[in-house]
Amino acid sequence: MAGQLPALAVVVPLLVALLIPLVSRFNRRAAWWMVVGALGFAVYGAVAMLLDLCGSPIGTTIEYAMGRWAAPTGIEYVVDRLNGIVLTMIAAVGLITALWMRKSIRSEISEKARPGYYATFLLCATGYMGMAITGDVFNLYVFLEIASITSYVLIGMGRTRQALYAGYSYLIVGSIGATFILLGIGHLYMEIGTLEMADIAQRFAANPELYDSSVVRTSFAFFTVGLAIKMALFPLHGWQPSAYSRAPSAASLFIAATATKVSAYVFYRISFSVFGADFLISALPHIRDGILILAVAAIFVGPLLAIRQRCLKRLLAYSSVGQIGYIMLGVVLLNEDGLTGGVIHFWNHAAAKGALFCVAGVLVYRTGVSRVDALAGMGRTAPWTSAVMTVAGLSMIGVPMTAGFLSKWYLGAGALDAGRISIVPVLMASSLFTAMYVWRLVQLVWFAPKDTEPLVKEEAPWSMRIPALVLAAACLYFGLTSTSVDIARDAALSLGLGAP
Amino acid sequence: MPSLFEHLWSHWPYVIYILLMVIGLFAVLAKGNLVKKIIGLNLLQTAVFLFYISIGKVDGGTVPVYWDERPDAVYENPLPHVLMLTAIVVGVSITAVALAFVVRIKEAYKTVDEGEILALDEADRGAPEAELPRADAPEPEGGV
Repeated sequence: MAGQLPALAVVVPLLVALLIPLVSRFNRRAAWWMVVGALGFAVYGAVAMLLDLCGSPIGTTIEYAMGRWAAPTGIEYVVDRLNGIVLTMIAAVGLITALWMRKSIRSEISEKARPGYYATFLLCATGYMGMAITGDVFNLYVFLEIASITSYVLIGMGRTRQALYAGYSYLIVGSIGATFILLGIGHLYMEIGTLEMADIAQRFAANPELYDSSVVRTSFAFFTVGLAIKMALFPLHGWQPSAYSRAPSAASLFIAATATKVSAYVFYRISFSVFGADFLISALPHIRDGILILAVAAIFVGPLLAIRQRCLKRLLAYSSVGQIGYIMLGVVLLNEDGLTGGVIHFWNHAAAKGALFCVAGVLVYRTGVSRVDALAGMGRTAPWTSAVMTVAGLSMIGVPMTAGFLSKWYLGAGALDAGRISIVPVLMASSLFTAMYVWRLVQLVWFAPKDTEPLVKEEAPWSMRIPALVLAAACLYFGLTSTSVDIARDAALSLGLGAP
Repeated sequence: MPSLFEHLWSHWPYVIYILLMVIGLFAVLAKGNLVKKIIGLNLLQTAVFLFYISIGKVDGGTVPVYWDERPDAVYENPLPHVLMLTAIVVGVSITAVALAFVVRIKEAYKTVDEGEILALDEADRGAPEAELPRADAPEPEGGV
């Protein structure tokens, strides 16, 4: 079976998702178990493939030709270290969300809509897994649309009517982004004549003069703008705050911890494995600088906007804007340290942001509101949840011994290596702003005046506490050990940086 | 060196695709009516279909079905057409989901005008979440 894992990791969740509405007609309790089972299998598949790759030399890939149609005729799934990391992230966050969400869904989604919710959720996870694993640019678009359409629906299932409008707005903006990506694929096909990523990369390597073709450049422009919308890169992040804050807690947990990062991964893949690193380095140095400026602006502005938010989920959404900036900074620095920092941030941000959204979800579950000031005094009534929030918050700031510190350290080192010293103060300023909003939360939770009556009366139920603790423990584990750094460095090296 | 006009004339399918795309984008951005925005989105997607189909055109090409009487026949490139079949299905799904959203928005807000919706949301600002108008549609009798 091991040889079939790349296909099974995507196909099993897909088929289970389609079975859920059917089975739910006979047994209403089965849906949740099916989601957990399918995502558990996906975690097993992703981890097994990543471990397999970690034991083999750098540059090894696991290839899987669908239906034995060899590429470039058929569609190929390709797993290397980079998307092994991303697949593990999606599957693990999906499983943790699934374990976490049962009680939250009961309080937020009407009974009739629940099987549909579970099926959509699993389809959404499948879509993101597919985006990460595929080695074919058009297949990438198809999975992107599966993931996007299901996220629109998940967001629109929130309790208030604002959720409907948030879902609709995201649908409009997201479809424009996806259409741009489709146009990018079209322009690439028009000039290169193939859709297989490895094949395209080979043709670019054989004919470097293709880099000067205006069609190829148009294609890259469409890809960049489309993906920037999808990953909410500043200043195209407008859809994100209301989408995250209005969605059901379980949906915002999964989408915030994975969705935008998968689009960022696609940008890594397109830049390095399709166009090749030389394209950004030699053919389009100004575009590289432009993306660098946007990434740095996101790092600076995201946390700054987060400081003044009143709604906890909105605050976390704005902080995501900044965090995507870190990941994008990793791409455009185009050196080993910078890339390592960008790649480990996939895991680090997923753990920290996932844990924080668990806390936001508990807040909504216990109090029915997501206002920041409702957190006041939570440390006394819900110490575990408050501890999770503190650890994840420290990781967001980048305090040493937490995961976030490593990302910032390597990004800073990468910036120095690239001779762009001016980025380092921005990283520090961003940490300072992050510290300001995290401190506001910490102060409310632990140091509220004695006479405040905490709105959160009880600790989170165990089913919500354990997944949140696992995510918080991941923040510490990645910060204290070098496991993730080693894998990320190998992933960065296997991307092939070309001439420095 | 052909003049700009000749250049555009000889690439007229691309000119139409860009025009359609810009009209679609304009409708999405400038129209306040949620249904009109969806129409704009459809125009945008149709422009992309047109673009793909025009890149599959081969001069003097015929239908891409093997023709044994003419082994030297030139065929159109069928791949972009196949890709567009998928993209059309995706486009239909997006339109369906978007229209479903508009129906639910109309039920919850009693309007499909963006400006009025934003004004209603502004009026709800600061209200406790539990008191916000619910999104749940009235469930039909004997529904699924």
